[in-house]
Amino acid sequence: MNMKWIFALTFVLAIPLQAAEPSLDAKARAIIKRDFQDKGIAKADRVIQDELQVLCTRFRDNPPKKDLERIEKEQTRAIKWPADGQYMGDWKAGEKLAQSGAGMTWSDKAGDPAGGNCYNCHQLSAKEIAYGTIGPSLLHYGKLRGNSVENQRYVYGRIYNAKAAHMCANMPRFGHLGILTEAQIKDLVALLLDPESLVNKD
Amino acid sequence: MGGPMKIRASIKDGVTEVKVLMQHEMETGLRKDDAGKLVPAWIITEVKALHKGRTILEGQFGTAVSKNPYLVFHFKGAAKGEKVTVIWVDNRGDTRSDEAEIS
Amino acid sequence: MNNLKMAALAFAILSLSVMAEEKSAEGKAADEIAKYREMIADGNPAEFDEMRGAEIWKTSAGPKQANLELCNLGKGPGVVKGVYAELPRYFPDTKRVQDLESRLLTCMSSLQGFTEKEIADKAIGNVNRKPAIEALVAYVVGQSKGMPMAVSTRHPKEKEAYEIGRRIFFYRAGPYDFSCATCHGQSNRRIRMQDLPNFTLKKETQLAYTTWPAYRVSQGLFRSFQWRINDCFRQQRFPEPQYASEATVDLTMFLAVNSNGANYDGPGLKR
Repeated sequence: MNMKWIFALTFVLAIPLQAAEPSLDAKARAIIKRDFQDKGIAKADRVIQDELQVLCTRFRDNPPKKDLERIEKEQTRAIKWPADGQYMGDWKAGEKLAQSGAGMTWSDKAGDPAGGNCYNCHQLSAKEIAYGTIGPSLLHYGKLRGNSVENQRYVYGRIYNAKAAHMCANMPRFGHLGILTEAQIKDLVALLLDPESLVNKD
Repeated sequence: MGGPMKIRASIKDGVTEVKVLMQHEMETGLRKDDAGKLVPAWIITEVKALHKGRTILEGQFGTAVSKNPYLVFHFKGAAKGEKVTVIWVDNRGDTRSDEAEIS
Repeated sequence: MNNLKMAALAFAILSLSVMAEEKSAEGKAADEIAKYREMIADGNPAEFDEMRGAEIWKTSAGPKQANLELCNLGKGPGVVKGVYAELPRYFPDTKRVQDLESRLLTCMSSLQGFTEKEIADKAIGNVNRKPAIEALVAYVVGQSKGMPMAVSTRHPKEKEAYEIGRRIFFYRAGPYDFSCATCHGQSNRRIRMQDLPNFTLKKETQLAYTTWPAYRVSQGLFRSFQWRINDCFRQQRFPEPQYASEATVDLTMFLAVNSNGANYDGPGLKR
């Protein structure tokens, strides 16, 4: 056997050796995949990440510009706008939805309507003092910005998919991932923008 | 018989402070179980504290008192090393008596 | 006192009173909760679980009719004092890093003859069913009260568990795209009225970690750290983490190591 062959052989052997020592990232992923199980409606495959989740995890919510631009563009393109061109629903139904923190946990029953979880993280109406502060205050949102059709469309898009504007935002993608229906999102748009809504009138 | 109480009693400037933690479910009778059936009421109804045979506290508990009730009270006229006894009775006729030495 | 000084003093008093006036409703509520906590500090019902756990520890049970007095939680067979302040840790006999619950499963299986699965499947209790393992947790953690957290990362497996735990903490997935860090990565944030500790800061991690496991007043139950993690993942919209699995142990390791140096203060008392 000449030297060239030995070199080649070493190279071939080296690849599987490297693969046998996976990175900590790969190990963590394998452990997560193995150690979570189905419970109720929360199936084990929920721990499998989509590309956005992979990148936001890897870069600690601060991805490189080229990924950010590409993903935000993709997420924006995937927004399903209402076929009837209407963005506003019933703000009262929206308030009920905003109050509810239900949905998507293993203790929620299949078929039960999901809530908007809004008050969990945002201030919305002056009447509700038990609001969370992970997201910004949305008090007087419509009063401060007006309820033009452009604003309605903008808010619809933000609720449908918060990641279209900010790839690694904390806020869930309510429409994109099928948490809320089109009608429910319209009710939430109305809660924020209808001049009669609790958010704008106090 | 219910589980034991935790009683701590200490004297300072002639006043004895007694802290009692009782072990009891205190079911209000208003809660429903997973099957939607009312869980029957099960509560402590009477509490009594004694010092050298003398009643120093007597009270009635109701459904508004929490699970594992915690009670603090003060009284005069005791000395270090003497004992305080606390007794409760519940609506099932169960009773429990425990005592602690005043420190 | 000259006039200038008087004016300055008046201003100081005025601004102080304004500050007091402006104390928010939330601040007042937090004060009230703190006062309530202080009032019942020595009336923590977790003590009943500790008492029950101490009994269970020395009572024979299982197919082998043995008690747990030979259980090695890291400081030798039967030693309970101070062990929780050093968990999770690497155990040479099982060749893995284990938290308290995982290690109790090992003892209940090797000494008493239970299968780990039968205990793990029913390890989280409710109002009607209070598993022995939860009382054992209460008993063991109570024996570390006041001792400084000193969790080791000297063994390579301990170091690795910590590193993987950190990765699990930042892992975003599920229908809401949440990671642990979504709620626990910033300070002074809350969900509704519930304050959220920031686990990327040592001080806040220490305060939270050293007061778990705890008696939850709203549930009227003692809850272990495995329960705490389980319920976090439920709200994170994840599937269920298996009881005492490597993922849960590694995440616990991440939080425990970041709490090193603080005195353990559990079992705690929570809302």
